[in-house]
Formats: sequence, structure tokens, C-alpha cells
Amino acid sequence: MAGMAHEHSHDGRHDHDHDHDHEHEHEHEHEHSEIGPMDLRVRALETVLAAKGYVDPAALDVLIDTYQTRIGPRNGARVVAKSWCNPVFRDWLLADATAAIASLGYSGRQGEHMHALENSDTVHHLVVCTLCSCYPWPVLGLPPTWYKSAPYRSRAVRDPRGVLADFGVVLPAETEIRVWDSTAELRYLVIPQRPAGSEHLNEEQLAALVTRDSMIGTGLARSPEAVA
Amino acid sequence: MSYLTHADLGGQPGHGRVVPEPEGELFHATWEPRALALTLAMGATGAWNIDMSRAARETLPEYARLSYYEIWTHALEKLLLERGLLRPDEVEAGASAAGPWPALPRTLQAADVAAALARGAPTARPGPAPAFALGDAVRLRSGTVPHHTRLPGYARGRRGTITAVHGPHVFADAHAQGLGEQPCPLYTVAFSGSELWGGEPGAARLTVSIDAWEPYLERAS
Repeated sequence: MAGMAHEHSHDGRHDHDHDHDHEHEHEHEHEHSEIGPMDLRVRALETVLAAKGYVDPAALDVLIDTYQTRIGPRNGARVVAKSWCNPVFRDWLLADATAAIASLGYSGRQGEHMHALENSDTVHHLVVCTLCSCYPWPVLGLPPTWYKSAPYRSRAVRDPRGVLADFGVVLPAETEIRVWDSTAELRYLVIPQRPAGSEHLNEEQLAALVTRDSMIGTGLARSPEAVA
Repeated sequence: MSYLTHADLGGQPGHGRVVPEPEGELFHATWEPRALALTLAMGATGAWNIDMSRAARETLPEYARLSYYEIWTHALEKLLLERGLLRPDEVEAGASAAGPWPALPRTLQAADVAAALARGAPTARPGPAPAFALGDAVRLRSGTVPHHTRLPGYARGRRGTITAVHGPHVFADAHAQGLGEQPCPLYTVAFSGSELWGGEPGAARLTVSIDAWEPYLERAS
């Protein structure tokens, strides 16, 4: 599947439309510019809804830009790093995650009611939404494709160790796994364990060790050696 | 009226392995971000609520073979068509038919996006006092549900323990049917792996929790 790295920015999209016949000639070398049925369908929908005044195309651009550049897993990584460095913040996060996270400026849509789950030597947390794709957007951004997929949603509640193995994660046999199925409007953020050998790092350096997957529970925080 | 959801996947066998994805990979085609934004922008108009959109998505007959943003797009069209905000021939033509078209409660303007996202849509409400307390043993209601619900099939009829009491929240089942918010107490209920999956090896040292509204629960002895 193609990544967005090769796509034009959405700002250039309307110009891009005028060029699409020209681009079509180069389809063989730029397979990602191929105009498929879903491109046409979504474009038609946008045209119709904008013509009726139901959507503001500029608002669509702002929404996309927000989730591409401002709201993503680096937000959550800062929350985790602060909880590792600051015991007062950590206690607040575990007691009232919504308020503690909002104090760093992350709040709102799909994060209105947050709960933090702290991993330990004996307990590992894993978050899923078996019924759809509920996910803590203000701290993690948009969910990855696998999080919304049938393999993850079906197996996370039944064979979480098998799911972790798909991510290359093997936990000690005696570790208890707690799976949280996001069936209402509560959203869960996993606080991974602080990696060994990270004692000398500051908050910003620690945040770089916190991966998106470690905050869902399908990964662990990276070791300082792996990042160096 | 029969109601068939295709989205209740918890515990279903046969879906294969999970394919991880790099952190920066958000979209896989240029139409996907537009579909996302259209869905969010229309959601902000108040023409329907989030539980109605979940119901529209999970009942798509083609749910299992669609990608997630295809599901969102098909459901968006369905919601628009049902409310007379769109005609099928308009998508075909790629142009709006002659109006007048119904007015919406509000529309999302570019300048208001940041504030609207930051505000979100909290679901906590004043409402009845909880009937259950921390540590209570409960059994989840069993049987089929003839409308949208957030009680997953794998938990129905199972015995669990209340591990958190959250206060009243908008009741998804009622909200999805257009019956208002009907706030009722929300709980986190934890099940042992063996209660859900018997002696399966994957169920060892496993606890699974769901968030459940009070009408989903019965007292267990």
C-alpha cells in the first residue's frame, strides 16, 4: 500500500485536480496518483456537500492538517515522559487522567474521558475497541490501520499474547495481561515501563523512547541504546 | 425489527495475524484524509450523533470487505441519504441537484475547527445514582439486542466484577435510536480470561474489561 509521503499536500490538491489528465499519462510510474472509484466518490461527495453549504472545504483542510501535524502520538509520549520524571504528575495522571493530560494542552474530541493504565513488572495493559475503532485521539492521533482491523479487534481480547507476538513482543509467562475493550466513551492510555538505563535522560529525551504502540500496549518503550 | 451488526468482532476466530504499521503512516490513499475530514465536518453539524454513525457503519452489509475509511464513506452517504440531505444521483453526477435542501443546525467553519476539536463532546451527565458498587459481582445480559448496542457478544451472559463506577453517561443504545440521551450509570466490568474463554491457553493470566451501562447488568450471586 502507498504511504502519504508521495502524495501532494492537501493544499495543492485543487491545482492537482486540473493536472489530473496529465498525471494520468504517468500512471505507470506514479501508481499513487491513479484516480480510483473511491477518489471519485469522495470528491463528488465533497463537491455536493460544499455546494449545499453543509461543509466548508477550508475546514476540511484544517482538520486534515491538524491530524497530520499537530495531534499525534508525540503528545502522548510527552505525557508518559512527564509521568516517569514527576511523581506528583504521575499520581495525578493515575487519579484524574483527563485533567492531568489537559494540563499539557491535550484535550477534546475522543479524549473527553481519559484513563491512564500503568504497566509494571507484573501487569501489562493492552487497549482495543472490538466494536469499532475507539482510540484516544488527543494523545495518540488517528488510529493505525491494524487497530481498526478484524485481526486485532478479534484476537486482542482472546489471545493477547498471540497479538503481542505479531508485534515481536514476548512477555514473561507470569505477567498478568489486562485488556481494556473501549466499549463506551472512556479512552485509555497505557503508560509503558520506563526502560532500564534511562536514568540520565531528561523529559524530552525520554519522550523519544515512547512509541505509539507502547501507549496502546502492543509495544514496549525503546531502550536508550536502541535510539542512540 | 431485526438489527444485524457486522462489527462485533471480539473473540471471532479466523481473522489471521495482525500486520503492524510504522508510526507516521496515517493514510494509504489521497481520498482517505478527505473522507475522514468530511465525516468529522458532517458529524459537527448535528445532523446525527456519534452513536447513530456507529450504527450506520456496523450495519453496512458489505462491512467485512471494506477498508475502514470505505466504511466511513459508505456510512456517511447512508446517513445523508436517510435524512434527505443527499440524493443517490448526486454522487453519480458529482454535482448538487437543484435545491432547496434542508438546513442543518450548524456547520463547521475553518476558523472554528480548533475550538470544536478542543471542546469535543463529553458524555458525562447528571443522572440516577448507581445501583452497583465497586467489587459487586454482576452478570451481563444475554441474548440478541434488536438495536445498536455497546455490549459485545463475547461478554453477554458472563460473570464479572465492577472495578470502576463512572457516574451517568449518555446511553449509547438509546442515543443511537434517536430516543434522547437517557443518561445512566456507567461501570467498568472485569472478567477473568477463563470466564470468557474457558481453558484456552491464551486465557491464562488474562483479565478483560469492558465499559458497561447499568441496563447491561444484573446482580450475580
